[in-house]
Amino acid sequence: MSAVEVSPAAPVAAQRGVLGRLIRRPLAVFGLVVIAIAVFAAVFGPWIVPHDPYEQFFEGLSLEGAPLPPDAQFWFGTDLVGRDLFSRLIYGARTSLIIGIVANGLAVFTGSVVGICAGYFRGWVETILMRFTDLMMAFPALLLAIVLAAIFTPSLWIVAMVIAMVNWVQIARVIYTETRSLAERDFIDAERAMGAGHMRIMLRHILPHQLSTIIVWATLGIATTVLLEATLSFLGIGVQPPIPSWGNIIFENQTYFTSAPWLVFIPGAAILLLALAFNLVGDALRDILDPTQQGHH
Amino acid sequence: MKSWDAGRESRVPLPLSELISSMNKPQQDTLLSVRNLVTQVATPQGAKIVVDRLSFDLGRGETLCIAGESGSGKSMTALSLMQLLPKPMARVASGEAILNGQNILALSEGQMRQVRGRHIGMIFQEPMTSLNPVLTVGRQLAEAIAAHKPVSAAEARRKAKDLLDQVQISDAARRLDQYPHELSGGMRQRVMIAIALAQSPQILIADEPTTALDVTVQSQILALIRKLQAENGVSVILITHDMGVVAEMADHVLVMNRGREVESGPLKRIFETPADTYTKDLLAAVPRLGEMTGTTQPKRAPAAPKKPEAAAKPDAMAPVVDVENLVVRFDIKGGILQRPIKRVHAVEGVTFQIKPGETLSLVGESGCGKSTTGKALLNLIPWRGNIRVGGKETAGLTGPERKQVLRDIQMIFQDPYASLDPRMRVGDLVAEPLVIHGLASGSELTDRVEYLFRRTGLSADQMKRYPHEFSGGQRQRICIARALSLSPKVIVADESVAALDVSIQAQVLDLLQDIQNETGISYLFISHDMAVVEQISHRVAVMYMGRFVESGTRAQVFENPQHPYTKRLMEAVPVADPDRPRKAFVPADGELPSPVKDLSYVPPVLTRQDIGGGHTVWS
Repeated sequence: MSAVEVSPAAPVAAQRGVLGRLIRRPLAVFGLVVIAIAVFAAVFGPWIVPHDPYEQFFEGLSLEGAPLPPDAQFWFGTDLVGRDLFSRLIYGARTSLIIGIVANGLAVFTGSVVGICAGYFRGWVETILMRFTDLMMAFPALLLAIVLAAIFTPSLWIVAMVIAMVNWVQIARVIYTETRSLAERDFIDAERAMGAGHMRIMLRHILPHQLSTIIVWATLGIATTVLLEATLSFLGIGVQPPIPSWGNIIFENQTYFTSAPWLVFIPGAAILLLALAFNLVGDALRDILDPTQQGHH
Repeated sequence: MKSWDAGRESRVPLPLSELISSMNKPQQDTLLSVRNLVTQVATPQGAKIVVDRLSFDLGRGETLCIAGESGSGKSMTALSLMQLLPKPMARVASGEAILNGQNILALSEGQMRQVRGRHIGMIFQEPMTSLNPVLTVGRQLAEAIAAHKPVSAAEARRKAKDLLDQVQISDAARRLDQYPHELSGGMRQRVMIAIALAQSPQILIADEPTTALDVTVQSQILALIRKLQAENGVSVILITHDMGVVAEMADHVLVMNRGREVESGPLKRIFETPADTYTKDLLAAVPRLGEMTGTTQPKRAPAAPKKPEAAAKPDAMAPVVDVENLVVRFDIKGGILQRPIKRVHAVEGVTFQIKPGETLSLVGESGCGKSTTGKALLNLIPWRGNIRVGGKETAGLTGPERKQVLRDIQMIFQDPYASLDPRMRVGDLVAEPLVIHGLASGSELTDRVEYLFRRTGLSADQMKRYPHEFSGGQRQRICIARALSLSPKVIVADESVAALDVSIQAQVLDLLQDIQNETGISYLFISHDMAVVEQISHRVAVMYMGRFVESGTRAQVFENPQHPYTKRLMEAVPVADPDRPRKAFVPADGELPSPVKDLSYVPPVLTRQDIGGGHTVWS
């Protein structure tokens, strides 16, 4: 079954916009809605919270001093010191989204640049970049993050930088391997034969082919970055309490998991839902951006 | 897997008389009898019939060639018979294949496994990929031998060695312990044949067994199949697109197109009096070696050269490409320190010139350095020597100067699909060189691209599509359009028609020739196919082991070949003439020696001998 003749329907699909094709997939729409809600919460948090997230309510604890399960006043229950979990989650959305998008975006960007340059140029560029990547990989990520976080004064943005610095290596490795095989394909030779410069080949002919890998890594990375931020916060070098983040809410409360499961379960579900949403949108984007996949759905 | 029923409805019930005659037909000497075979493939648009009511008989000890172009359903027929169709997309919808009184299409997978190997053996096109790279040859042979009955290790090994002897592999005992990558392509195909023969099957199905091999190796393998057939009496179903191979091998021929039988009959009848126009076209499209004897111009070139002044003093014209003593060597690094340990001598001192409006062909087998030479001209690989393109030295050029040279020289690659970025629209791909060189933009660019599309026989409204939406021939036209966009003085065409069907091949060659007639462009045409080279060249250079062994005008080289290697190449080309006597035996020594040498290797100096009129032989 070689060359299939041109089907007249194909160009029609190609002309519809990316967003237009995205909203035709129910799963992608679900993902977009979840992301939209998270973004809305992050931006308008202070105006929509039912309670002050920092206030320790007297009625937020039972008579024995235990946190309250979800009820009509505290929708998601209260935490160990009687703060409203729902309000803290909404405030935490801002922290988690900034970490998830900025830290992860930075990591993906760095990893892609390093991977593509090393895979395309080979020679000494490859040696320097990839040996440095290996070196970074050999460091325990958490230890490195602790050292870096200890050097700088902890703040949200510093935490994002630190996470980006430890997370770019895996992406660099994967992109490097793919670029290497891509750079040996005929159409790259054909580009060189036309006189195309390095930047043009890398940006217009190698990068588009890596998009699917980059998107998958970027969406998967969001979940791991949010969790790494939680770990750092737990160790006291991440987002500083009392500022809430989804990660540090879990870590603050995890020891009481059996007696107050909602304190771990609800922020855990929020992280899961957000990661899933990014994954679904990422998957759909990958298919839509690949012209050879069109008409297969 | 959508609506199988669509195919079922279109199945025409057989008239009773035909049914009876088809039941009576299989005679004593018929081994396999296929009746009304229908194979379907599920596509998003519904079931598509890829083999349509195909019937044929295979006699004992007979060779049936199924010939057709890509997509004709010939491979699907073979896979249907073996029940090896890619599941679940493809399936046999109806029909029967009677072998030893048993309909093998109705057998269960377990029963079919008894038939495969034992009754029907199969060889595939790619010997590189059909052998397991991590097992020794002996182990793979032993597996095939012991597949149906337990055999002791010693017995299996002895039998494996016998099989290798049978397929004429030299030094069989040593080969048993070697891995597939240590063997050449021809030897691997011999091993595949040995594996297929391990159970002494009654039928051997060979699906394009020589397409991936060089011509000299191809003729050896074909001779081997004929020899085995004479010795073992095995029947052969040979699937091929090459009418030359058909003429050399077949007793009976079945021509297929779009899943249907076009016509079938004895070899001579098909070649001498083809009844169907498709068969006629197919035979007419086959380039025949020796067709051009007595002419000096390429096939479609105008009889008298257009420019009289050029014809009067062709030597006075400055060459577009001037290559002097080109050497390309690659180091193979190894060891802990990654020092060079071996060296590939890809091209060793090649000198040639191409004049304006001239086609120079480089002919040779795989690994002879012909493609490397082409790539060196475009500075795609490091090389030494002197290359002048359009009068400019290209050695050591970088950046803008290198780009400038590329306006004069462009390249068309072998595989049109691989050389087009699958994520770009073809219109953008053709525009790419113009954009890179900043030669056009906006509506001017669109106009240029539209012109190029029309010039290469494509329509302008196809510009918005992606490469995968085109057929092989169309894709190669896109590549040609792209190469032409800079109006270069010379185009390097590296095996540019090798991946195409013969009829498409002829069209693309005609297009190249028409463009040359019109614009006076020069070509460096790199090919392994002697018949194609004969059609398109003004001058020919035969390459062997990185050097020229013979060069001269087309007529000189083809009508009076001097070098033994040239002669061997020409002899090995399968000729689409059933009356030509078939060679009983082709010596198996024809494998090319390896170009990988020790670091201390100094290539011997060849003596150059001019035998008149620019006809040069090196020895």
